[in-house]
Amino acid sequence: MTLTHDVRTKEALVRIEGVHKYFGEHHVLRGIDMNVKEGEVSVIIGPSGSGKSTLLRCVNLMETISAGRIYVRDELIGYREAGGRLHDLSSREIAAQRREIGMVFQRFNLFPHKTAVQNIIEAPTQVKKQSKPAARAKALELLDRVGLADRAGHYPAQLSGGQQQRVAIARALAMEPELMLFDEPTSALDPELVGDVLSVMKDLAKSGMTMIVVTHEIGFAREVGDTLTFMDGGVVVESGDPREVIGNPQHARTREFLSKVL
Amino acid sequence: MSIQAPDLPATDRSGHAAPAPELINAVPVRHPGRWVGAAVVFLLLAQLGQSLVTNPNFRWDIVGTYIMDVLVIQGIGWTLLLTVLSMVLAVSLAILLAFMRQSDNPLFRYVSWFWVWFFRGTPVYTQLVLWGLVSVLYPKISVGVPFGPELFQFSTQDLVTAGVAAVLGLGLNESAYLAEIFRAGLKSVDGGQMEAAEALGMRKSKIMWRIVLPQAMRVIVPPTGNETIGMLKTTSLVLAVPFTLDLTFATNGIANRTYLPIPLLIVAAFWYLVITSLLMVGQFYIERHFGKGVDNLVQAPVKASQAAAAARAAKGARARKEEGEGQ
Repeated sequence: MTLTHDVRTKEALVRIEGVHKYFGEHHVLRGIDMNVKEGEVSVIIGPSGSGKSTLLRCVNLMETISAGRIYVRDELIGYREAGGRLHDLSSREIAAQRREIGMVFQRFNLFPHKTAVQNIIEAPTQVKKQSKPAARAKALELLDRVGLADRAGHYPAQLSGGQQQRVAIARALAMEPELMLFDEPTSALDPELVGDVLSVMKDLAKSGMTMIVVTHEIGFAREVGDTLTFMDGGVVVESGDPREVIGNPQHARTREFLSKVL
Repeated sequence: MSIQAPDLPATDRSGHAAPAPELINAVPVRHPGRWVGAAVVFLLLAQLGQSLVTNPNFRWDIVGTYIMDVLVIQGIGWTLLLTVLSMVLAVSLAILLAFMRQSDNPLFRYVSWFWVWFFRGTPVYTQLVLWGLVSVLYPKISVGVPFGPELFQFSTQDLVTAGVAAVLGLGLNESAYLAEIFRAGLKSVDGGQMEAAEALGMRKSKIMWRIVLPQAMRVIVPPTGNETIGMLKTTSLVLAVPFTLDLTFATNGIANRTYLPIPLLIVAAFWYLVITSLLMVGQFYIERHFGKGVDNLVQAPVKASQAAAAARAAKGARARKEEGEGQ
């Protein structure tokens, strides 16, 4: 057991082991196992209600899991194991774990009372105690990277959805996370704005960022994904190389889903 | 490759000059009722104006004599001081109460609920009288361990003077109303804001102060302005304590001496209106501040150094792009 454990830890940045999640009586995750290697882009697809977003939100403790374990770089997420029991982490420890994990939301969730730059420097200056000038310089660099160097002083309400989402990506990157979670990042966007956001995500993948992406963009999964996981009814139905899963799905449910979205 | 015409109406697709469209110049609907209404309103206003000028009982000369009277001006000062101190106390308590109401600790939630229930549920007049009598109820206030040794003590009468009692009475009562306003404001902020800040690793207190509360202020400020104006006038009840230096008491005192109540009511009303107007101006600026990015979409001024950095970054981006295209 120790041997396989060691081999796995060497490779996997994220280990999801036997995770269950109940919302009251509702059993939304029914035993999920999944590994994400360092530098890998792991794409999760599935019908709504399949539990894919819930799974993603468990990784950075937006939701607590009911059973199982999630490790990020061998650190147990949300709990400390001591004396044969799990202990809840304090809010301080939870915040520290979240700092290593960036998250991008379907509805952007930019801070509307802050400009693009202020959104990006908020956490670095307040949480990491970086100096304002240093954080600002970094923020402008990040804005440039997502193609919005000229939008630094704009408020979110003055930006299109696609621009807002790119600022949101820059905001998450400003904390220099080792893992990025994307929760349907293009689902709230007008079709013509999706491409800009996806191309920023592609660049990010190329730069070696480890990413877990919940999406309906099958094209993105095929082009950028290293693994594709199809979830339905709270279980992983099928997982593997994206081209194979999409081109030659093994399960009827996967085929049915893909025929609807392709 | 297609070329888009920059000014569409000037030319049609084939390049010929298109005739300018005939603009609509419709006859507007007439509103005779509005004219009748305006005439009635104007007539009533004229009558009111005439009575103000000609009715000798207004005693405008007395109004003029006392409008800048020392006692009146001092009264304004005390009224303002009471209003400001009570509101500062009330806002501080209200923020605390609203946060407690959202707390994970059930005891905090119950205490907050009880506070609002009690202070909102009893008349402010009763509370003011009670604060005035607190030294009868507790002649000495001592700090110590319950049922144990006493550390030090004060005479209540020295500590809770009439002014302090007035501020406590007004402020504690107001805090209950403001707590509900703040609670509504905090609830109005989208839950995604909290999540986004949490995902960035921010702690709850920081999220409250820097993310949630500033956004909630948009909703909180208008009713709080209302409450402040209400407080300005509620200070006229401090006679109940009894506190006897405020504007209403000062003008009443003069009226009782001169047997001329009406002109002194006008003096008081005039000054309350002036202060209210000033408060409204203040509220306008506060609302504009907290409306930044939502109601008030003026682009944030980019500092010179920041602009230069942005320009450099943009230049770098262009250079990199060209390089990329060149390959």
